[in-house]
Amino acid sequence: MTDHDKPVTDEELHAYVDGVVPDDRQEAVATFLAANPDAATLVAAWRAQADAIRARYGAVADEPVPARLQLDRIIAGDILATRRGSRPFRIAAAAVVLLAFAGGAGAGWTLRGAPDHAPSGFDQMTAQALDAYRLYVVEVRHPVEVPGAEAAHLRQWLSKRVGYELRIPDLSALGLKLVGGRLLPGPTGSAAAFYMYENAAGERYTVYCAKAGDGETALRFKTGEQYAAVTWVDDNIGYVVSGPSDRDKLEKVAKNIYDQVDKGAEKKG
Amino acid sequence: MSTFRRDIEATIPALRRYARALTRDADLADDLVQDTLVRALRSEHLFHGGDLRVWMYTILANLNRNRLRALARRPTMMPIDDGDAAEGAPEGARDIERALATLVDEQRHALLLVVLEGLSYREVAEIQGVPIGTVMSRLARARSQIKTFLEGGRPALRRVK
Repeated sequence: MTDHDKPVTDEELHAYVDGVVPDDRQEAVATFLAANPDAATLVAAWRAQADAIRARYGAVADEPVPARLQLDRIIAGDILATRRGSRPFRIAAAAVVLLAFAGGAGAGWTLRGAPDHAPSGFDQMTAQALDAYRLYVVEVRHPVEVPGAEAAHLRQWLSKRVGYELRIPDLSALGLKLVGGRLLPGPTGSAAAFYMYENAAGERYTVYCAKAGDGETALRFKTGEQYAAVTWVDDNIGYVVSGPSDRDKLEKVAKNIYDQVDKGAEKKG
Repeated sequence: MSTFRRDIEATIPALRRYARALTRDADLADDLVQDTLVRALRSEHLFHGGDLRVWMYTILANLNRNRLRALARRPTMMPIDDGDAAEGAPEGARDIERALATLVDEQRHALLLVVLEGLSYREVAEIQGVPIGTVMSRLARARSQIKTFLEGGRPALRRVK
């Protein structure tokens, strides 16, 4: 008996529907179907099912891939999720290591002869800023109220609400684009400005600032397991710069912001 | 971006299609794809050549199985109508959705991998970790079940002999 004469099996009928019958069996299957209307009906029904499934779902592959499935975002988000993983952020935040800011500092950057204790309420402000960071940094669709494209409007609006002339630093030199900003509750029932930057890898940094009451402090670096912050008070305004806990990067970002805000204050004064 | 990541990226549209048909819920499907991508990226060191597509489908299938197990343990109410109903779609599209929903999970996987994703029986066997014969019988049962469902579910169109 040659291949052509072997009886046609059920497996072959499925293979026929799926277009994978070997060449040397094509004719045998076709002949069998022509002689067996019941089998032909069955095969037609299976084929119709396959067509219906493809008609219903085939086009999904042509849809644009949503932002949350883009690899850059997933990689950035996964780093955060992994670090967040083991225990709740609040516990980690309570265990932050408070370090004096030393090393690699330029003029005006460290120790401005300022008192080393933070103004009252400032720790609370830092906690609020980190909460805001944690909350909005993972937000893909609505991380901000006003997009970075409307930076001028954002500055005007937030300045009005926080009660002082706000500066929104340009961090493009560090590869960070302004995503935008939003208004948040401040430390003592006042308002705080919150804006967010993002780099090409999807890493996000946020700046939370509000009137802090009194004086100024040196820059401090606080780190939890998953996020870190650099905080300072300057000209009665408190700043909390938060980002992924890569200290070198975060310091660079904070220093850049500090320099720009400081320069602006000098110009103004 | 590394070759590995680029190759993974290239599988996303097909994974979304497969997950959508598996879950028949757009959000759930993308959750599944997202988890699959995270898992794959973390497991780069576990991928030793071979067909990346097959590997990705395997991860997705395993994650889906875990998800279903978790659902089974949790006595939540599942909506009867799925979230991704074919809006304004012809009756046939709704029918095939309902028919797929009646299948046993591994049968549905086998059928969709072959029919929608165009994988070979051998590849499906690899993904499901079973012999080809088992894939064939899953496929046969899936097709038979859908046929029965469609005929029973649409009495008006039943062929009169």
